[in-house]
Amino acid sequence: MATVRIPTPLRKLTNGKEEIVTAGATVGELIASLEAQFPGIKERICDDAGKVRRFVNIFANDEDIRFLQNLDTPVKDSDEISIVPAIAGGLF
Amino acid sequence: MSFVKGLSCRECGNIYPKAPVHVCEYCFGPLEITYDYDAVGKILSKSVIASRAPSMWRYAELLPLDNPPSVGLQTGMTPLVRADRLARRLGVRELWVKNDSVSHPTLSFKDRVVSVAISKAREFGIPIVACASTGNLANATAAQAASVGMTAVILIPHDLEPAKVMATSVYGAHVVGVKGTYDDVNRLCSEIAGKYGWGFVNVNLRPFYAEGSKSYGYEIAEQLGWKLPAHVITPMAGGSLITKIGKAFSELTKLGLCSAAKTKIHGAQAEGCAPIASMVIEGRDAMKPVKQPQTIAKSLAIGNPADAFYARQTMLGSGGFAAAPTDPEIIDGMRMLAETEGIFTETAGGVTMGATRRLIEQGHIGKDDGPVVICITGQGLKTQDPLVEVLPRPDLIGPRLADFDGLLGGPLRGLV
Ligand SMILES: Cc1ncc(COP(=O)(O)O)c(C=O)c1O
Ligand SMILES: [Zn+2]
Repeated sequence: MATVRIPTPLRKLTNGKEEIVTAGATVGELIASLEAQFPGIKERICDDAGKVRRFVNIFANDEDIRFLQNLDTPVKDSDEISIVPAIAGGLF
Repeated sequence: MSFVKGLSCRECGNIYPKAPVHVCEYCFGPLEITYDYDAVGKILSKSVIASRAPSMWRYAELLPLDNPPSVGLQTGMTPLVRADRLARRLGVRELWVKNDSVSHPTLSFKDRVVSVAISKAREFGIPIVACASTGNLANATAAQAASVGMTAVILIPHDLEPAKVMATSVYGAHVVGVKGTYDDVNRLCSEIAGKYGWGFVNVNLRPFYAEGSKSYGYEIAEQLGWKLPAHVITPMAGGSLITKIGKAFSELTKLGLCSAAKTKIHGAQAEGCAPIASMVIEGRDAMKPVKQPQTIAKSLAIGNPADAFYARQTMLGSGGFAAAPTDPEIIDGMRMLAETEGIFTETAGGVTMGATRRLIEQGHIGKDDGPVVICITGQGLKTQDPLVEVLPRPDLIGPRLADFDGLLGGPLRGLV
């Protein structure tokens, strides 16, 4: 089970929860399991083609997954995944 | 009278009413001002523009205010200088310098964006303005806020050039130095804007602010005789200016004020902080933020630029390219512009000069391509430190003619 950090604007969908511990072997699988628990969250993170939206960053232990294997990036139990909207160049 | 239809998300197209908002709630994409161009076209003609005062407000219908501006009334319409001596040095036929190093009132193109942002903040009834800045925006925000007695809170990285800090404090602004990079400052400002609702010119007012840069592009076209250049070379930090120059040129074409010429728009960043330029040079579409920028061009040292993607699209979509000169090339560029054209620009201008040189050498700019416009956006007196070490010191003599004559065998040899 990896930990996914949810940004403030998406917490309405997670009943206010900042962190969700969920299962999945890749970042893509984690997002699928988030969607199963909190319907509607996936379309905020990924576009219609299933790719991560341009102004959403996902970090696997502080590395941008665009420079790893994108949604196929493997995750281990102790990993921390952060979903971070890129807002005016800032991250939060 | 306003021709603004609203704000629309550049990514998903969601529409928002006019308000101090900058991010799409749904997909987090940036918001962009949209206009009723049919209505603008009925009013804005070359002769109407020519009849107006020489400021950026001669293009008011294409700027996002509902009322006449309340700050920066004299901003804009800086000189476009024909640069034949520099052209010869660089080996191109027709070269121009768009010279915002003499912008009113704070000597950088940021006067343009702030004139729009603070006028808009006042329309929205926002009492306090603020910004995250690499220096020039700090100067412009502090000055224009002072001109109407508004409170300004300016956040900057703690290690900016002393001249840029002084030229902010002098206006009575609250200046906060943040121990961190510009990107740390920017992130902090997003949080402050969310918490206190102040008007951050480049955060929650960003869609309005950014439109001010279009005036730089309109002026280039008008000053060339309503012609679009073959090339422009633009410095990039957040990537907004270059994107808006692209937007300005396409609006002028859409309005029939210029015929569609294919201007190649090239971008310049310093080698020590080139997150956007490197995307183009290396052919990547993902931006790799620069965690610790290392360059004398501090005004361009944004490691995680907000408009990187659109800046890249502007360059590639126009057939342009990018270059990222080293610090010594930046200094050479500042000296070359000063020595050939008598224009003293800051380090950012040195970056544009260094990039122009490289792009010509690499053949991205052809020698006979038609008008080439170099975007000089800031003033040399603000960034003196890197030059002090390399420029020759004055020859020191006593006050007698014999002392002076002594120089004739040395540094002044050949003058008499
Ligand atoms: C002198 C100068 N030129 C160019 C730029 C780049 O502007 P932008 O952030 O819109 O890319 C800046 C930004 O701070 C600047 O200070
Ligand atoms: Zn959107």
